[in-house]
Amino acid sequence: MTASPPARSPGASGGDVVLELRAVTTEIRSTRGRVRPVDGVSLTVHAGEVVGVVGESGSGKSMTAFSVLQLFPTKAARVIAGEVLLAGRDLLTLRPEALRRVRGREVAMIFQDAASYLNPVLTVGAQIEQQLQAHDMARGAQVRVAELLRDVGLTPEVAKRYPHELSGGQCQRVGIASALACSPALVIADEPTTALDVTIQAQVLRLLARLQREHDLALLLITHDLGVVAEVCDRVYVMYAGQIVEEAPVERLFAEPQHPYTQGLLAGVLDLLDPKPIQAAIKGSVPDLRDPPSGCRFHPRCPHVMPRCSSDVPPLVLRGETRSACWLHDEADASQGTPT
Amino acid sequence: MSAGRGTKALGAYALERLVNAVPLVLGVIVVNFLLISLAPGDPVTALIGEFPAPPEYVERVRAQYGLDQSVPERLARYLGSVVRGDLGFSFANRQPVLDLVAQRLGRTLLLMLTTVVLATFVGVVLGVWAARRPNSAVDGGATGFALAGYSIPEFWLGQILILVFAVWLGWLPAGGFRSIRAEYVGLDAVWDQARHMILPVLALSFRYMAITTRLTRASLLEVMNADYILAARARGLSERRVLWEHGLRAAALPIITVIGYNFSFIVAGSALVETVFGWPGVGRLMYDSIFTRDYPVLLGILLLVSITVILVNLVTDIAYALADPRVRY
Repeated sequence: MTASPPARSPGASGGDVVLELRAVTTEIRSTRGRVRPVDGVSLTVHAGEVVGVVGESGSGKSMTAFSVLQLFPTKAARVIAGEVLLAGRDLLTLRPEALRRVRGREVAMIFQDAASYLNPVLTVGAQIEQQLQAHDMARGAQVRVAELLRDVGLTPEVAKRYPHELSGGQCQRVGIASALACSPALVIADEPTTALDVTIQAQVLRLLARLQREHDLALLLITHDLGVVAEVCDRVYVMYAGQIVEEAPVERLFAEPQHPYTQGLLAGVLDLLDPKPIQAAIKGSVPDLRDPPSGCRFHPRCPHVMPRCSSDVPPLVLRGETRSACWLHDEADASQGTPT
Repeated sequence: MSAGRGTKALGAYALERLVNAVPLVLGVIVVNFLLISLAPGDPVTALIGEFPAPPEYVERVRAQYGLDQSVPERLARYLGSVVRGDLGFSFANRQPVLDLVAQRLGRTLLLMLTTVVLATFVGVVLGVWAARRPNSAVDGGATGFALAGYSIPEFWLGQILILVFAVWLGWLPAGGFRSIRAEYVGLDAVWDQARHMILPVLALSFRYMAITTRLTRASLLEVMNADYILAARARGLSERRVLWEHGLRAAALPIITVIGYNFSFIVAGSALVETVFGWPGVGRLMYDSIFTRDYPVLLGILLLVSITVILVNLVTDIAYALADPRVRY
């Protein structure tokens, strides 16, 4: 496993740790077998910090997000190991009622397809008011809803509307308003702009970035879009096949990606200023997690694969400001004669 | 109701639907009339009885009721009188059809509405209960109950209920509308009436409880997997509020549809149940009219049943529009 000591994260903003995942493993049981979409993931988010989690579809990044509040799109999923520490308190040990009080109040979520995450038969105002009521903030709820809607660039009149009367971008603004309703310490945004039109994506992203600054939010941003990462994140985790393979401050990640998988991801991004032909980014597809590859999970697709990659699991190793899990660096360090 | 739509729009919609229903009702009358004129049996023979009457007498009776005219002529006359609010005269009961049917309609509606309310209430409660714990013992029980409800015919269930509760146990009356021999007043009369209703309502509602249970369970299970349920949980709503305020609210839409749909079948079912329990309602009257070839009564009942079904459909659509803001009208 890539579980590593909870060392001080590189490039941390210095704020208090808001969220810390320690070796979290989430399992989905089905008749076809057991799958661990999140396998020993550790990450930290500090106050006021925007942390990105990137990876392909199926890398487990969304399941990592769902693991924090233990809310999954399927009943078959469950966190089976690790700790989810919110300001030092392990959410995995909370009773259902205590966990409910955390949801939407201390930790709020923003989802991908905002329209489908709003109940079609309730007005959007009613849905935000319910949230305020659930956290004993019923008094002045209507005023608060109007204020929130204004804050995300909507008119208070939108409160009386049903989701189908709003555009995708407006729905996502409602989703953001709901996330901010109870002034949470941490917001988890799962692909918040993916389902939107490109022009709307930029607006929503700017809104999110502005609100994050204004409210000094800790934001855990799940995305496959490296453009989004470059624009808003402070620090990035790269996930592959349920594990974290690299962690770096955002500028380091783009300047000097260390893991071959990260290098492949970045190579897949079209560089308009450097119009050379795009390289075939990464060959193959994400492995079937019912039977993950041995050793380094990326080795069947890795262009630099070595014999030991298929037998030994590489640990996350800190080099400079970047931590990455790859035997190549070990080789490189060894050849320079510097012990890791 | 959203800002853009009001009760005014809904009223206009209802009126439009009612106007549109007029040609439908006329069509129903024509089809029913033609079907009955095609049916075997002769009302005159039924009226006179198996008595070797002289042919002149038979012809006289036939002419007296206008049955010597051609089908188109009779249809035209019938339509003419229906438009004037006259449903004709019952051969067998020697009474205007409208009076006869109106007198019995109230009793049938009492039976039907009680059935709809009971079936909906029990069905929704059982369905929610089953959906909250899928594949549990409760769920298995509800599923078995639903299967039984689907499979058991009303008239058979009615007879079994009579056998058990009236004949063997003697708890409840075997049939009838109210006690004939005793004169009850006030609450006693209500209780007497209720005692007579229990078995027929049970027999009639069993199937619809089953249908509603299954549908509620299925609809709720599907809705509870929706993204917005996950989102409601993520906002910190309790499971109870997620279930009642988000789940059932959204799951109610197909349930409303099926209640309206059931209503038409309950009309048919009530004919059987009224016959079994000797409940003097429209169903029983229809059954008798078929045997006595009392065509005006039969036509009148079919007309009222059609109008009832059309009205119930309209009410269902309005309820649906009120429950689902996405419905346009």
